[in-house]
Amino acid sequence: MSITRIAPNIDSSENNGSNSLVDSTCQCSKIEVEKLNVHYGRFLALRDINISIPRCAVTALIGPSGCGKSTFLRCINRMNDLIPDTTISGKILLDGKNIYDPDVDVVVLRKRVGMVFQQPNPFPKSVFDNVAYGPRIHGVKNKSELAQIVEESLRRAALWDEVKDSLHKSALQLSGGQQQRLCIARVLAVQPEVLFMDEPCSSLDPISTARIEDLIHSLKELYTIIIVTHNMQQASRVSDYTGFFLMGELIEFGESAQVFTRPKDKRTEDYVTGRFG
Amino acid sequence: MNPKARSEKLAFALMFLCSLVVIVPALIVVAILVVRGISAINWSFLTQMPKNGMRDGGIMPAIVGTMYLLIGTLVFAVPTGILAAIYLSEYAPKNRITQAIRLAIVNLAGVPSIVYGLFGYGLFVILLHFGKSVLAGSLTLALLILPVVIAAAEEALLSVPKSFRDGSLALGATKWQTIWRVVLPSATPGIITGVILGLGRAAGETAPIMFTAAAFYKPNLPKSPLDDCMALPYHLYVVACEMFDSPPNLQWGTALTLLGLVLCMNLAATLLRAKFRRSKNW
Repeated sequence: MSITRIAPNIDSSENNGSNSLVDSTCQCSKIEVEKLNVHYGRFLALRDINISIPRCAVTALIGPSGCGKSTFLRCINRMNDLIPDTTISGKILLDGKNIYDPDVDVVVLRKRVGMVFQQPNPFPKSVFDNVAYGPRIHGVKNKSELAQIVEESLRRAALWDEVKDSLHKSALQLSGGQQQRLCIARVLAVQPEVLFMDEPCSSLDPISTARIEDLIHSLKELYTIIIVTHNMQQASRVSDYTGFFLMGELIEFGESAQVFTRPKDKRTEDYVTGRFG
Repeated sequence: MNPKARSEKLAFALMFLCSLVVIVPALIVVAILVVRGISAINWSFLTQMPKNGMRDGGIMPAIVGTMYLLIGTLVFAVPTGILAAIYLSEYAPKNRITQAIRLAIVNLAGVPSIVYGLFGYGLFVILLHFGKSVLAGSLTLALLILPVVIAAAEEALLSVPKSFRDGSLALGATKWQTIWRVVLPSATPGIITGVILGLGRAAGETAPIMFTAAAFYKPNLPKSPLDDCMALPYHLYVVACEMFDSPPNLQWGTALTLLGLVLCMNLAATLLRAKFRRSKNW
């Protein structure tokens, strides 16, 4: 198993926004994973994962179905806590703090680490209430403040112009692509630092996919983004770094240009060139 | 005709016959009730007090009493039932004790209503000194329909897609916020349907209220929850079985009114369910 560690040289000082809780001149990576092992019952889902996710960049995770990409994501926002019989060992450091420490509040963690799911999952509420959901549960009551957050989030998710006249329409009446951008807006509204996207385009048509990819490009200025995808072209288009998972192991991790053009591992090469399996 | 097609035809005919056996008697009952009772029903029958020792006049106090009992039942059974369902579907550990509780609830739904009536009499009327009252009757009826409400609410909660819960939790909502703001609103239609069906059952039951709430005859309406009241099903029992000289159209009219009330509630539940089923598309 070969693990490439990247020491990112990204200057985050101007991109950090007001979200980050750490010194903005810090050059270290946003997420640092050390010796992560995950079992579902007796099944080993992830084996000895070591990876450093760079700050304010897009990291793509690729690999065949069932290789552990989604499990990996769900470890970092601790959504795996909800699956019974899951055991996790190792460390996941978010801004240097292990998120599995007993004093970590899962609710605060999940606010910092937003997630967009594979299937668009808007709540059966209005467009406005979907986006306002996060701020509301975190205590924003002021109506004009909520309206402002909703507008800003929808604008950032490139959905505002399409829904500004129908904010009180049910979100379920939107198209699939609009629903997915709504879900992104919903996540942005809680001002996360990290954004997970678990195959966000898998149920969308090519035009909606292109819009989401443009969106990812514009969002990486402010957020650390991790995207899981089955689409090699998409991974090479949108990501700065790429990690290749296979059967619960991280086979290779590096700059996307390198992983896709000069992979170090034979298995990575086979997979990205489509000769796999 | 080949033998396969013939046996199939035969099977279908048999099934059709069976469904007729179920439907026809029910239709006959309704038809007779309507034919014989409709002449008794008019505005004064529904709005006047009984007169002349219940041999004349209206059944207004029985209608009002049943309404009071239903409101009381609603107040006691709905919050309790929903909270119990939330506990069972969202919080209870998946172990044998929970399974036993669930089994007990299912079995409670099959307990004969006279048992509830006697239990309510012992607990609410005697032990807690509520006397024969709207309060005791409502509590007894609430116990009777709780299993129905819990089962319907739990099923409605479990049918809310996991993706809604995940979406909410991933935004940093607590479990309770997720339940209160996402799961419960999505489950509301199913819960309402269950509640109305339960109330429909409570409206028609005689045994649970005959020792706990229902008065044979009461010349005025109950003034407090601790007063007893007249109620439609018990009034029907009284005019049909306890009095030998009550005019038949009064009996038919009472029966038709009760049937109409219960049918209306069931119809409302069905319509609501259909409406919500159309509007939800997940």
